[in-house]
Amino acid sequence: MTGYLIRRLFESALILLGITFVTFVLLYLVPADPARQIAGRAATAATVANIRDQLGLNDPLFIQYFRYLSNLFQGDLGRSYMQRAEVSSLIASRLPASLLLMVSAIVTELIIGLTIGIVAALRRNKPVDHTLMIFSFISISAPQFVIGILLLYVFAVQLGWFPIGGYGTFAHLVLPSITLGLLGAGWYSRMMRSSMIEVLGQDFVRTARAKGLSKLRIIIRHVMPNAILPIIAMIGIDIGLFMSGIVVVESVFGWPGIGQLAWQAIQRVDIPVIMGVTMVSATAIVLGNLLADLVTPLIDPRIKTK
Amino acid sequence: MKSMFLTGVAGLALAATGALAQVDEDAPQGGAMVVTYQDDVATLDPAIGYDWQNWSMIKSLFDGLMGYEPGTTTLRNELAESHEISEDGLVHTFVLKDGIKFHNGREIGAPDVKYSLERVTNPETRSPGAGFFSMIDGFDSWNAGEGEGLTGVEVVDDKTVQITLSRPDATFSHVMALNFASIVPQEAVEAAGEDFGRQPVGSGAFTLAEWTPGQQLVFERFADYHRAGVPKLDQVTFNIGLDPTVALLRLQSGEADVPGDGIPPAQFLQVMNDAEQADNVVEGGQLHTGYITLNTQMAPFDNVDVRKAVNMAVNKDRIVQMINGRAVPANQPLPPTMPGYDTEYEGYAYDPEAAKAMLAEAGFPDGFTTELYVMNVDPNPRIAQAIQQDLSEIGVTAEIRSLAQANVIAAGGEADQAPMIWSGGMAWIADFPDPSNFYGPILGCAGAVPGGWNWSWYCNEALDARAAEADAMTGPDMAGAREDAWRSIYVDIMADAPWVPVFNEQRFTMVSDAMAGDDSLFVDPVHIPVNYDYIYSSTAE
Repeated sequence: MTGYLIRRLFESALILLGITFVTFVLLYLVPADPARQIAGRAATAATVANIRDQLGLNDPLFIQYFRYLSNLFQGDLGRSYMQRAEVSSLIASRLPASLLLMVSAIVTELIIGLTIGIVAALRRNKPVDHTLMIFSFISISAPQFVIGILLLYVFAVQLGWFPIGGYGTFAHLVLPSITLGLLGAGWYSRMMRSSMIEVLGQDFVRTARAKGLSKLRIIIRHVMPNAILPIIAMIGIDIGLFMSGIVVVESVFGWPGIGQLAWQAIQRVDIPVIMGVTMVSATAIVLGNLLADLVTPLIDPRIKTK
Repeated sequence: MKSMFLTGVAGLALAATGALAQVDEDAPQGGAMVVTYQDDVATLDPAIGYDWQNWSMIKSLFDGLMGYEPGTTTLRNELAESHEISEDGLVHTFVLKDGIKFHNGREIGAPDVKYSLERVTNPETRSPGAGFFSMIDGFDSWNAGEGEGLTGVEVVDDKTVQITLSRPDATFSHVMALNFASIVPQEAVEAAGEDFGRQPVGSGAFTLAEWTPGQQLVFERFADYHRAGVPKLDQVTFNIGLDPTVALLRLQSGEADVPGDGIPPAQFLQVMNDAEQADNVVEGGQLHTGYITLNTQMAPFDNVDVRKAVNMAVNKDRIVQMINGRAVPANQPLPPTMPGYDTEYEGYAYDPEAAKAMLAEAGFPDGFTTELYVMNVDPNPRIAQAIQQDLSEIGVTAEIRSLAQANVIAAGGEADQAPMIWSGGMAWIADFPDPSNFYGPILGCAGAVPGGWNWSWYCNEALDARAAEADAMTGPDMAGAREDAWRSIYVDIMADAPWVPVFNEQRFTMVSDAMAGDDSLFVDPVHIPVNYDYIYSSTAE
C-alpha cells in the first residue's frame, strides 16, 4: 500500500509538472501581449518595450519557463500583472470560499442524486421513475447560469427566503450549492439508479430475500453499499467538473472564490494569476483522482491496490 | 466558454454638457449608498488604475492639482489655489492651497507634486498613463530610465511648483486633471510598495475603510477634505462580484442604489418599458465613437475608393436599432458633444447602389473577400453580422473573426493582420474632453506602429503637422481658432475614409429613489457611473 501511495504521488507530481509546461506554452503562444495590456492604450512603443523588459518577456520561452518553475518550487507564484498583488495571497484569500462552496455542493448533489436514484430504481419503469429521470435529464442539460438566475428570481426576489447573491451566512450558501450541485445530482441519480438495478438483480440479494430479511434491511445493508461504490469513485473525478461550474456559479451569485479570480485574469491576460489558478485547480483534480483511487479499495476489499 | 460579461477597457466616458450644471453645493450631508459591480477592483493606485470601474473610485480617493466642476467638463483648480501660464505657454506655475491634508494627516506640499509626477513617469512604475506627460521637459530621458528625475518639474517653495514644457500644449491642463496626475504621499507609497493599489492614501473626498477581495469595498467620508461640505454621503459601499442581471434584481428589491455595470443589454427594453423602472434611468451623452477601421496598408483597402464604397454600404440606422437605440448614428470621428464636432458635415450617406458602382469603378465589379475582426462580447458579434450583411449587398464577403478583446487589440497592432476591425468594446472613449484625444493614438502617425491603436494604419504627415500646430495654440483667446483647426482636420480625414464611423453610444445610468442630486451628477462626464462626491441621500437632513 505504501509503495503504491508513493508511486501514485510521484505520478501526480509528474502530471502537475506536465500541466505547468502545457499551460505555460499555451499562454506563451496566445497572440495577446501582456505588456501591451499593462501599458494601456496611451503607451508609446518605448513604454511597452520597457515593461516587456522588466517582466522578462523578451527572454526565450524555456528561460521564462525555468524561471517560473524555480520560483514555483520556492513557493513563489509571482505577482499579478494587473493587480500588482502576490498571486499566492490573491488565491489564498479566495480559496476558502471556493472550497466551502465545493464541499457544500458535493453534499447537496449526493443527497439529491442518491435519493432520486434509489427511489427511481425501486420504482423502476413506473411513473415516479419516469418523472425523476426527466428531472435528472433537465438538471444535466440546463445551463447553470440559467438555473442560478431562476433560483435567485424565485427564492430570493419573489419569496425572499434567501439573500440575492453575496457571501457570509449559511443562507448565502444554499442557492449556489443547489445550482452547482444539480448538475452532479443529475448524473448521480442516473448512475445510482442503474447501479441499484444491477445489484438488485444479483444472487446475494435473492439469497437475502430468501432468508426472509425485511425489504428495508436488504436495501440498506446489502444493496446500497454495493451500489454506491462507483459513485464514490465519481466524486474524485468530478472535481474537474466542479472547477468549470464554479466559474459560472460564482459569477452569478457574487461568490468571492477563485472562479471569479480566474475569469477576470483571463480577460486581462494576467498570466501569473492564470498560471496560479490553473495550478491550484489542477492540484485539486489530481488529488481528487488520487483520493478516489485510494478510498475505493477501503470500501470494497475486492479491488486491490497494485 | 460563453462570455457574458462586459470587460473594462481603458478609458472613461465623458459627456460634454457645455453649460454649467446647477449642482447643489449646500445639499445635506449623511446617509449611505450601495453600488454593485461584477468585477473585482483591479487596483486603486492612481498611477496604474485605468479602467472605467476604478477610474471614478480613484477620483473620490485622490485629488490632483486640477479637476472639473461637478457634472461638467469645465476645468477648475482642485488642490491648486492658482494656476498661471506664461506668455509662450511653456511654463505653468501652480500654487497649492493652504492646510490641505492627506488621509494620513500630513499636510500636502510642493515636493509631493514633484514626487507624484516623477513616480507616474518613472519607467519602474509601469504606469499606463506615463505617455500623457510627454510634453513635460525632461520626460524623454527620465521615462527612458536616465537621470535623477523630471527636470521640467521644479519646486519653487513649500507651496509653489513650476512645470516647464518642451512644447506648448493646449491639453496640459486636462492632463493635470487626469487620475495619473493625482498627488500621493511618498511615505505611504514606499511603505506599501507594490501593494499601494490595495492600501491607497490620497487626499480625496473619501478614504478606503475596508476592502474584502471579491466581496466589497467601503469608502468613508474624509473629515478633513479640502472642500467644506463635501462629500455628501457618509459612506459608499461597493458590492463586488454581482452579475449585472443579479444587480438589477438587487436594485428592484431596494438592496442596491446604483448598478455600476449599467443595465444589461438583455434587460434594457424590459426596464425602459416599465414606467416605474424607467423613472430611475438617467440618459446622457458620451464622448464615444464606435467605428470600423479599414487597414489602409492592406489591399484592397489601400484604395481610397474602396474605403469610400464601404462607408456608403453600412446601414448605421439599422445597427443603432439593433442595440435598442442606445446610440446615435455617426458620420465623423468626433462625437457630437466634443468641441470641434462639425454640425455641417454630412458624411457618406447610406447608398448601396452608389457603393456598388464605386466599387466597380475601383476595379472590383465582383467585390472581394476580406476579414472583419470583432471582440467576442455581446452585442459586438451581432453588430459585426449586420456589417457583414451590408457588405454582402455590394458583393463584399467579410469573414468574421470573433476573438477575445486582447487578441483583437493585438491583431490591430500588426500592420498586415486585420483588414477590418469593429471597434466596439475597445475603442474609443476620450480620456479628456479635447478633440486632440481622438487623433494622436488612433488616427495619427504615432499610433500607426506595431502595438499601436491606429488600426487603420492611416498616416498622413500633412495632417500630423496641422495637429501639432493646433495643439500649440494655447491660451483662452486661441481656443476658437484651435477648435476650428481641429474641425477641419477631422473633415479632411474623412476625405481619406480610413474609418467607417458607425455610432456614438449614449450612457444610461440607473439610480434608486434613495439617491438625489442634479441629473448631471448621474451622467457626470468624468465620474462613472455617478459622481460619488456630490450626490446625496434623499433622506439626509
